[in-house]
Amino acid sequence: MGDADTLFRLAALNTDYASCIDADRLEDWPGLFLEHCLYKITTADNHRRGYAAGVVYADSRAMLTDRVAALREANIYERQTYRHIVGMPALRPAEAGEIAAETPFLVVRTMRDGRMDLFAAGVYLDRVREDSGRLRFAERLVVCDSSRFDTLLAIPL
Amino acid sequence: MDAMTDRISSRLWPAGLTRVPYWVYTEQDVLAAEQKRIFEGPVWNYLCLEIDLPNNGDYRTTFVGSMPVVVTRAEDGEYCGFENRCAHRGALICLEDGGSVQDFQCVYHSWRYDLRGNLRSVAFSRGVNGKGGMPPDFDMSCHGPRKLRVTTFCGMVFGTLSPDAPEFETWLGPEIVSRVRRVLGNRRLEIIGRFTQALPNNWKLYFENVRDTYHASLLHLFFATFRITRLSSGGGVLVSETGEHHASATRAPPQGADSSYQGMRSDKESFRLADPSLLGMHDEFHDDIQLQILSIFPGFILQQVHNALAVRQIVPRGVDTTDLNWTYLGFVDDTPELRAHRLKQNNLVGPAGYVSMEDGAVGGFVQRGIAAAADELSVVEMGGAGAETQETRATEASVRGFWKAYRMHMGL
Repeated sequence: MGDADTLFRLAALNTDYASCIDADRLEDWPGLFLEHCLYKITTADNHRRGYAAGVVYADSRAMLTDRVAALREANIYERQTYRHIVGMPALRPAEAGEIAAETPFLVVRTMRDGRMDLFAAGVYLDRVREDSGRLRFAERLVVCDSSRFDTLLAIPL
Repeated sequence: MDAMTDRISSRLWPAGLTRVPYWVYTEQDVLAAEQKRIFEGPVWNYLCLEIDLPNNGDYRTTFVGSMPVVVTRAEDGEYCGFENRCAHRGALICLEDGGSVQDFQCVYHSWRYDLRGNLRSVAFSRGVNGKGGMPPDFDMSCHGPRKLRVTTFCGMVFGTLSPDAPEFETWLGPEIVSRVRRVLGNRRLEIIGRFTQALPNNWKLYFENVRDTYHASLLHLFFATFRITRLSSGGGVLVSETGEHHASATRAPPQGADSSYQGMRSDKESFRLADPSLLGMHDEFHDDIQLQILSIFPGFILQQVHNALAVRQIVPRGVDTTDLNWTYLGFVDDTPELRAHRLKQNNLVGPAGYVSMEDGAVGGFVQRGIAAAADELSVVEMGGAGAETQETRATEASVRGFWKAYRMHMGL
């Protein structure tokens, strides 16, 4: 697989990822990850210091499924939507059988009453693998530039 | 009483602890009075952790209410604190979150301070080429940022601006001291994450929420469904004599069906986790307390939710904006299994926490709800009218304790 093809497939994966969240197809979102995976939302400062905790931390696809179930069934938060604007992936050195990429993102949050905020900006640090004919995330670290989260972070980034 | 207090006192507030007027959450002059009478009053404010300053010369910037503060480790290892404000024109002395230095120099006009906040030199104090400069009688020892009295306890650093603050452990009282020691005593702390949650509400609404044992299993469905806590589980709330501090505990739940929530929104017995490894508890405290939420007046929280440990610092930013600084903790001697478990259980807390995300929003719901209700009153009557320790969490005793302490400090 050449770099151009890899980049194209990564971009398609990211588009699918953003669409799952922004179009409220959250039930499809865990399927973009391998069964054993790591999904973590953290900050640039924590990442730089090697602090392992995230505001969201899932080390299995089942934990992502639970996150969605909790949002649907349990958690109370005001109706809001995200719009992800995802940049071009930059390929990084990777282990055999894996693709590593770094991709910038912006997320605009629109609240029920129409208020819009630039909610998050940062990079996705990804390790991606081929699985049953498609690319899936072995690891997606969502590294936010800011350490501040406004009100709450309900929907994944 | 000064004019500020007179103006505030003229507003309606019935006697007793069961009614709270909404003007306390909306008025600018109240916030200003709180800074003077509470945060700079005879209380101890959480500043940082000892491990933030492992070496002499280390510093960290923090807050006492809205006051920016620098905490340092002086040449002899002593913990010191001073206002982060240059004695010259008021600029921040220190711009970074932390670091290690020999001294501090204000960037504006290069006034220089030692690690204890003493003014040590003034640039061009003798002028240039014999012209200008400070008057010969300018005494550097009379100029400097306000200093804090600093103490440490269980790996945490607290500070006060008041000469009248009681000795720290006396102020906490033996019960609260033992509840802090239960979690942090004789352990080597390790920071595993830091996050700030920007809350769209007055700081008191968050501090009340922390002390409100009544709401936990009603607002937070995740807790109730998985029996992490239900009011019908054992537990209770401890309130210090002055009302300033509290510790609530939830004990291991009883077995069997529980009908006390039937018909309420948070009653969903069918909800189950696909990956239950998030739940469960490593027995690290050797008792049956599964959750302990502890607050120290006016803005500190120590949290133990199973094995998810954190300290939270409340920083008022305006009448209707508050920063909540989370520091997630582990211990240096955590086994890899326990550490992995903490990382998973941190999903319960913080800005995206299964059981705490609502707390970030509900204060905003109140703040918006009371927009035109300054002279109306909220009702705090669950569990009676007192603020004493209770063997149940179906009570607002701890919230009333907060108002008891608040009115005492504010002179209201």
